[in-house]
Amino acid sequence: MLKQLRPALVLLTALTAITGLAYPLAMTGLAGAIFPAKAAGSLIERDGTVIGSSLIGQAFTGAGYFHGRPSATTAPDPADASKTVPAPYNAANSSGSNLGPTSAALSERVKTDVDALKAENPSAPVPVDLVTTSGSGLDPDISPEAAYFQVSRVAKARNIPEDKLRDLVTARIEGRTLGILGEPRVNVLALNLAVDDLARR
Amino acid sequence: MNLNGWIQIALYCAVVLALVKPLGSYMTRVFTGERTLLSPVLGPVERGLYRVSGIDARQEQHWLAYTGAVILFHVLGFAVLYAILRLQAVLPLNPADQTAVAPDLAFNTSTSFITNTNWQSYGGETTLSYLSQMLGLTHQNFLSAATGIAVAVALIRGFARASSGTIGSFWVDVTRATLYVLLPICVPYTLFLVWQGMPQTLGAYVHATTLEGAHQTLALGPVASQVAIKMLGTNGGGFFNANAAHPFENPTALSNFVQMVSIFVIGAALTNVFGRMVGDERQGWAILGAMGILFLAGVLVTYWAEAHGSSVLNSFGLTGGNMEGKETRFGIAASALFAVITTAASCGAVNAMHDSFTALGGLIPLLNMQLGEIIIGGVGAGLYGMLIFVIVAIFVAGLMVGRTPEYLGKKIEAKEVKMAMLGILCLPLMMLGFTALATVVPAGLAGPANAGPHGFSEILYAYTSAAANNGSAFGGLTANTLFYNSTLAIGMLVGRFFVKIPVLAIAGSLAAKKTVPASAGTFPTHGGLFVGLLVGVILIIGGLTFFPSLALGPVVEHLAGAAGQTFATGG
Repeated sequence: MLKQLRPALVLLTALTAITGLAYPLAMTGLAGAIFPAKAAGSLIERDGTVIGSSLIGQAFTGAGYFHGRPSATTAPDPADASKTVPAPYNAANSSGSNLGPTSAALSERVKTDVDALKAENPSAPVPVDLVTTSGSGLDPDISPEAAYFQVSRVAKARNIPEDKLRDLVTARIEGRTLGILGEPRVNVLALNLAVDDLARR
Repeated sequence: MNLNGWIQIALYCAVVLALVKPLGSYMTRVFTGERTLLSPVLGPVERGLYRVSGIDARQEQHWLAYTGAVILFHVLGFAVLYAILRLQAVLPLNPADQTAVAPDLAFNTSTSFITNTNWQSYGGETTLSYLSQMLGLTHQNFLSAATGIAVAVALIRGFARASSGTIGSFWVDVTRATLYVLLPICVPYTLFLVWQGMPQTLGAYVHATTLEGAHQTLALGPVASQVAIKMLGTNGGGFFNANAAHPFENPTALSNFVQMVSIFVIGAALTNVFGRMVGDERQGWAILGAMGILFLAGVLVTYWAEAHGSSVLNSFGLTGGNMEGKETRFGIAASALFAVITTAASCGAVNAMHDSFTALGGLIPLLNMQLGEIIIGGVGAGLYGMLIFVIVAIFVAGLMVGRTPEYLGKKIEAKEVKMAMLGILCLPLMMLGFTALATVVPAGLAGPANAGPHGFSEILYAYTSAAANNGSAFGGLTANTLFYNSTLAIGMLVGRFFVKIPVLAIAGSLAAKKTVPASAGTFPTHGGLFVGLLVGVILIIGGLTFFPSLALGPVVEHLAGAAGQTFATGG
């Protein structure tokens, strides 16, 4: 065993330096040179300030914006650090709800959300993604159905004709990659930025 | 379920299958010491490493020396990682000012990474500094994977050689696996991931002001370089708490697809390495075939269950499947497929929260791990896990016809069967034993977030994942406690070494044996009959061992859910 100590120590140190320092640092340099915006987190700036990342969802609550999916992320309770409080779309603490399929808490939450959405738009079936939390709590997307579902509310709040808003949604639908992978979706932050632009004009 | 979902699944299988032969051929050259395309570049680095470490590349080891080297390497790796985690507050590259990791959590995390488990009691963006992620976790992602490959190659040599006292040199195998296999794939892979949108920066967390004027802190870091090896090495430990569900850790449907391929590719190619090194590629395809049958059966059940939706969601008339805990960009099919892949291999990365899967959708990941992650499996670990079952299957076949069992010209005798059974039995001991303990002691009962049978499933999943060195979780379980951190760490250690050491003992014993020529009475091990026998043995051993525990968890939950029952947490 002692005879093996030198190879073990030296090899561990050398491989650690290669894989733990040289590799990530070289990749950071290379990635920053080739894809600077993406390597830095795909940040979006407006009027000189960072308003978020195109990959990370935000909590939208106003009637004039399209809403993302419910988010189960939390933050430490300011009053008692050992506890947590709900903090939707907390991008410094990603997590899902982890509620199981027979959870009474899940059932109550979904019921509340379904009732509210039915009251808002009785004309269409409630899309499942609008009443379920995502795995990360930071899902930037909603399904096209979930976007169309909210058109009448946003149109009313913004005083924009529904047709125009519907076209805006349609134009922002991203299809499956190569027509096969993943699901069709709409990026909520990008859509809301477009809504702001439309309203400004 | 829809056609497009099935096309995604079929495309996935096709891509993995297409990579088996080229990568298998390349890896065979690497581990038999032949020249490869990368030798002109990496050869000098490799020889330099041997020179400074005092390693003679031509000097091979007896299985005991090989095992000693494996253990020593793990022990030292553990010490380094534990020290980094405990000292991260005073070390550089800590822009978010993370404090030192608590002793029990550092013990759990270090154990978890040296055993290729990567269980996440830690929270990623809320617990670890950039240095801990890079120097601590990324390097163990490489080395624990390289160790797995090395042990598998050593076992293959046991089958391939005759009357040999050695099974290769651990130092050479681990160096070659890192330099020639893992690193060259990770470099372009990292760049691909960044191209898809994954951050790779040492810059601090960004503070954004959202459209509605709220404050949002965006956790960032050198994510892509770690995710590449996390997937390729079937490690699975997330940079972020939400793992591959996090948009920064899995930005697009394409990055998701490539990540899934990279989980399986080395494990699948190793079956081909096995075939080539024992001199008959059909032997490798037969093993891959058995893996494929079990894999497709799992995908079928999970995809069906998730697309069908949960009883709670369906009771409100919602259609579109069980989207709780899943991301829009992946949808049902790619989330179900990912869950089966990550638990078939010992990866443990998740792109959706398994805790929120339907009862039957969550049963398959659990069962995959309980079978010992032999369906492709962890890099290296999957192949040697499967070969243990092959030994048992051959033994059973031998009993049926009353003949000394042989596999690839090696007589399978009492020693090999005993060692194989030791490797198989240590897993249920850890998985079921600790689950039983945790369901009776208060410290264990404090863990689950969900009530009723699902709470039991959360505990069972945790110990199953730990002992199988998977690392995925039913994340509702509060596992960052002294009780869970320590018992889970013990599960991981036993699950790793009480399989690895018997495997190396088998390798040594087989290498020393003579090869007996095949005769008319030899049971052919490359055909459908053998594949069927192997699948049968796996299902019988797994089923008999684990069915009672599955009945108490997912099966009861499924029946209760179908009857419209829900469970509220008390208090």
